[in-house]
Amino acid sequence: MTHIELRGVQKWFGSVQVIKDMNLEIAGNEFIVMLGQSGCGKTTTLRAVAGLETIDEGDILIDGKPVQHLKASDRDIAMVFQSFSLYPHMTVYENVAFPLRATGMSRADIDTSVREVARVLRITDLLDRKPSALSGGDMQRVAIGRALVRKPKAMLMDEPIGALDAKLREQMRAEIKRLHMKQGSTTIYVTHDQVEAMSLADRIVIMHEGVLQQVGTPDEVYARPQSLFVAQFVGSPVMNVSEATLKDEGGAVRVHYDPGDAGFEFPRELLGKLNGHGAGGLSLGIRPEGVLVSREPQAGYVPVEAHIIEPLGSHDIVDLKVGEGMLRARTPAGFVPRPGEVVHARIDPAQAHFFDTGSGKSLGIRL
Amino acid sequence: MSHIELRNVTKVFGAKTALKNLDLQVEDGQFFVLLGETGAGKTTTLRIVAGLDKPTEGTMLIDGVDVGEWGAAERDVALVLQQYSLYPRYTVRENLEFPLKSKIRRVERDEIAARVERVARTLRIEHLLDRKTDRLSGGEMQRVSIGRAIVRKPRVFLMDEPLSALDAKLREALRTELKNLQMELGATFLFVTHDQIEAMSMGDRIGVLNGGRLVQTGTPYEIYNRPHNTFVARAVGSPPMNLLDGDIADGQAVVARSGTGFTVSGRVSAQVNGSAGKPLIFGIRPEDIRLESGGPGEATIHDIEDHGVEKILTLRAGETTLKATVPARERVRIEEVVRFGWDADKVVLFDRASGRNLAVG
Repeated sequence: MTHIELRGVQKWFGSVQVIKDMNLEIAGNEFIVMLGQSGCGKTTTLRAVAGLETIDEGDILIDGKPVQHLKASDRDIAMVFQSFSLYPHMTVYENVAFPLRATGMSRADIDTSVREVARVLRITDLLDRKPSALSGGDMQRVAIGRALVRKPKAMLMDEPIGALDAKLREQMRAEIKRLHMKQGSTTIYVTHDQVEAMSLADRIVIMHEGVLQQVGTPDEVYARPQSLFVAQFVGSPVMNVSEATLKDEGGAVRVHYDPGDAGFEFPRELLGKLNGHGAGGLSLGIRPEGVLVSREPQAGYVPVEAHIIEPLGSHDIVDLKVGEGMLRARTPAGFVPRPGEVVHARIDPAQAHFFDTGSGKSLGIRL
Repeated sequence: MSHIELRNVTKVFGAKTALKNLDLQVEDGQFFVLLGETGAGKTTTLRIVAGLDKPTEGTMLIDGVDVGEWGAAERDVALVLQQYSLYPRYTVRENLEFPLKSKIRRVERDEIAARVERVARTLRIEHLLDRKTDRLSGGEMQRVSIGRAIVRKPRVFLMDEPLSALDAKLREALRTELKNLQMELGATFLFVTHDQIEAMSMGDRIGVLNGGRLVQTGTPYEIYNRPHNTFVARAVGSPPMNLLDGDIADGQAVVARSGTGFTVSGRVSAQVNGSAGKPLIFGIRPEDIRLESGGPGEATIHDIEDHGVEKILTLRAGETTLKATVPARERVRIEEVVRFGWDADKVVLFDRASGRNLAVG
């Protein structure tokens, strides 16, 4: 049960600030995934926790104690990288046993520990092999085994499966998740892959240009993005976003996704919740599954023309022409028969997101 | 007008046969995607169409004319590759002008300027025209490469995995742009990829290649819903179709090593009747498996892949593993025991020995 905390952490590389006032609390046994594009500061943050990188300001605390003065080797943290850092001249057994040799543990105890880890990671029959005789997935298992064997306070993983092919990545992801459920050590995992983040994390930390954008469970991050950046970073296909204008028509409110469209109906309560924000600088975001499509006219639906249909087998992604803009909708397979067809669409108010265009911040409106 | 046809084309490299008796037709104005893994013969096919390779046997026709003796330049095809082949010290504008400035083409100066403007607008690279190409991002470079191919208005576009080197978001955006472009130009596209999502989402027709042979050609809908064999069944769909060994007993589909018997009905009834006792493979797409409290199967949830809009579950049923796609609102936990069923109308029956779809014959 290791608790990790970052308080006001700042880090510069020369004149470039790579971590900007980072505050984060990680509970014991929690699986945290840091998600962001390359260069967003996620790896630097991870390395700072590990002690491989110094910080310029702020505090990093492990179990309540500041650790900046501690060397990496004294922090009792294990790291796994994308490149498998195994000793090529040693067998798998020796590689896994290596971190224990230095601790003065007895031969018998080392053997017990190595075999236990090997069993968990299913590498028992590989113990006598050299790393060069292993597949990519097996090498990464050994690397994880070597990190786990000394039962560290925390596990830090930097894109540990990024170099593997898609199938193996999926398999290893499942294993890492199950391993964590079994061993339950505090884990920080860095990736740029949103599906990996959504599938592994207890909580996701999204970073962009050194700034922490949002911390939340996968559900929260997907359903309640706090900024335009998060909204468009998580989810595939990306969320439809456009600057929107409002028209009060007495009964209902019409929201124009594009200045030239017919306007989508929203409940009146939107006006009160917007609290004057409708005047300008308002962005509307809607995920493709939040664009409801009907073949027949329906109350509250507006006619739109289907432009491109991407059949994906299990469902289609349909581009609908709204004014000069395009709104992508997710429909059942074959729902819209062909491009050029006129169908009826509505933006589901319950799935709509409103942002301030200037700051990119969500207005937190739920309808 | 550009109709491409390959008739009985075989290509041998030394001891290796890269293509075997390939028959392929791409209609004028069609977006045709060749889907296959590395080594399936996709690129070889493309190079033969481009005139960069000669078939060992067989004929290659454009608009009904045998072009076997024509060089690459005479065929008037444009090739876009995964690696962008731009001139690094030139600006984007110069790169786009380049194909038009060749002496054999004799395009007027005004015409060149007009075409470059139009292409830049189409590909949304107007703001980059005066930038050097080494200052561009990957996506921008690939757009310029495509622009350079379009600008000279070729009859046919040949694209060899042009999106593979880009990140997921850009790939998604460029997929739509390419499809848009093809619809606007009305040009013939032959597009090669190993990515089934690209094939499904862009292709008017898809040709699935396996080991130098064309296994099936059809619309994305046909390929997905009526795969001729187990290879095609696994080639499209994410995750791919579940293939479960089993047989028919007492009119039920009994899945081997899963302890589960399922009902089969509807579309496949006809095949079921003649198949009792024969070794079969049941094909069922992940989205046609449902978690339901009264379902005939029991499984443990091994893994949950969260895509936001939906979840992909890995289920352990006896000694069999299968994938199920469920809506995001489905609340499940790893190691939870669930009951499941399948949509009896959607199951596909394959002969286990040959892998052939029994409905196709």
